[in-house]
Amino acid sequence: MIKPSLGDRVAGAVIYVILALALAAVLYPLLYMLSASVSDPKAVIEGRMWLLPIHPTSVGYEKILHNREVLIGYRNTILYTVIGTAINLAMTVFAAFPLSRRDFAGRGVMTAFLVFTMFFGGGLIPTYLLVRDLHMIDTLWALVIPNAVSVYNIIIMRTFFQTGIPHELQEAASIDGCGNLQTLRKIVLPLSMPIIAVMVLFYSVGHWNSYFNALIYLSDRHKFPLQLFLREILVKGEMDEMLQGGAAMIGQDQQILDAEAIKYAIVIVANLPILLLYPFLQKYFVKGVMIGAIKG
Amino acid sequence: MPGLSAGGAAASGPLAERRPHRLKSLRKSLRKNWDLYLLIAPVLAYFIVFHYFPMYGLQIAFKNFVAVKGIWGSPWIGLDHFQRFFDSYYFGRLIKNTLGISLYELAVGFSAPLLLALMINEVRRKTFRKLVQTVTYAPHFLSTVVLVGMVMMFLSPQKGIVNHILVFLGGHSVSFMTEPEWFKTIYVFSGVWQSAGWGSIIYLAALAGIDQGLHEAAIIDGASRLRRIWHINLPGILPTIVILLILNLGNVMGVGFEKVYLMQNNLNKESSDVIATYVYQMGILGAQYSFSAAVGLFNSVVNFVLLIGVNAFARRMNDTSLW
Repeated sequence: MIKPSLGDRVAGAVIYVILALALAAVLYPLLYMLSASVSDPKAVIEGRMWLLPIHPTSVGYEKILHNREVLIGYRNTILYTVIGTAINLAMTVFAAFPLSRRDFAGRGVMTAFLVFTMFFGGGLIPTYLLVRDLHMIDTLWALVIPNAVSVYNIIIMRTFFQTGIPHELQEAASIDGCGNLQTLRKIVLPLSMPIIAVMVLFYSVGHWNSYFNALIYLSDRHKFPLQLFLREILVKGEMDEMLQGGAAMIGQDQQILDAEAIKYAIVIVANLPILLLYPFLQKYFVKGVMIGAIKG
Repeated sequence: MPGLSAGGAAASGPLAERRPHRLKSLRKSLRKNWDLYLLIAPVLAYFIVFHYFPMYGLQIAFKNFVAVKGIWGSPWIGLDHFQRFFDSYYFGRLIKNTLGISLYELAVGFSAPLLLALMINEVRRKTFRKLVQTVTYAPHFLSTVVLVGMVMMFLSPQKGIVNHILVFLGGHSVSFMTEPEWFKTIYVFSGVWQSAGWGSIIYLAALAGIDQGLHEAAIIDGASRLRRIWHINLPGILPTIVILLILNLGNVMGVGFEKVYLMQNNLNKESSDVIATYVYQMGILGAQYSFSAAVGLFNSVVNFVLLIGVNAFARRMNDTSLW
């Protein structure tokens, strides 16, 4: 081994410093939100809280627990996420398994048929009119059917079926009298758990975080997902303050302080599921992106 | 990122099928794999209804859509809606903003994950490397609503931490969200904060595939670290870079609705109004279906043509392309 030159060591050090700065820049806003959510809101808006919590309190979280709409939103989001992800996953497997089979005539044409939609589509208005004509407006279906499957994920899964599962295994099963669907159920799916975990993660995070379909298709507040209420509390709330100049508000009115506390706490609450699962899932989702990348 | 692998599939598929006994093998496959066709049928049906039917519905862009007459029965009016859009007061502003945000994002947002990956790849200490990756991937999972909400809280003129710092340093408080000149910068850099880490995964995967022998040989030849990054790592991941660049350029007119819409307000509209928000405003809110379908169609056609053009260019230049 040759000893690294001075220049190389300097370059290495510079890289470490830049990465450390990038790390801090990404981490700081996240930690700030966490600390702000448990700090006295007065200290936060006056700028006295900059990293660690000041006068710890749970007032924001308590207010959220008593906010009926947030609870409704949370419940709806869980419902939409579970149903939506189940549909996504089924559709992805239904498409990926046949397309992964060499003896499935027509798979080239079908793949092209699906892939074309990644680059061209009817756009917002024709899709909206279609959903309206199908009487899906203001129903759960408007949130889970128009985006029932992602072509990109079909391709990832198809690639996994082709490369991650020994071809001989499927052939042996077929010789032993296993039908296609039986092979899928007994051999392919049990061996595909890592990729299924990735798919569940990608799809469910997508549903959990989406607001656009709900914005255009829902008008009944009882059906709103969490993100729409978040939009009202976080984005619209801030916007109104800014547009009104907010001169009157600076930190006296109890109601305003409560509103502030809610804002910080709700960001944490809204991301709680992923926050809790994140450390365990990390190795899976990296794998998922890699499979997609390697194929290209 | 999407389409990276998909493009390859589109290319290899139809070609592989082109054989003389195609019909025969289809008949054989239908008999043997009828259950597979049944399995994929709902997916094909979904794509026909929710992706191809809206393309058919796009004809309302050339019609005067009347709901009771339906898509087919509404009268044709040719290119009137396009004409109206091109002549409208907003046309120049929309194009300028859409392109401006996109190109800004391309310049900054495209290089950030690449640089990050090249740097992470140089880190030998496992724990530090893992820490950087874990933290920088995390913001990807925040929703757009939460991201924009956070941006607004941090930048709030009265209570945001950024302005507290500015004032502390002797400056003046800036109302970032209502100043049109700040809009694009906030949009792009909040995007970098959220996505640079996630975007670096794909480059790290490509970097992991580079032959270590090249590095060893270069070290023996006395190549410095930076030289090795420049002459080995960068060329090694060039195909990945080109593919992603093609996809990005092909979407240069496709500034997403979600984030812009949330960040938009009446005071910053002159630099935040993009085609996607205009289509929403005219179509969904204003119910001018034909006109906004025309605007949307114009946008997708430009994107599609750009994608094909850039792809063809890349193929000629260095043999890397989507299909």
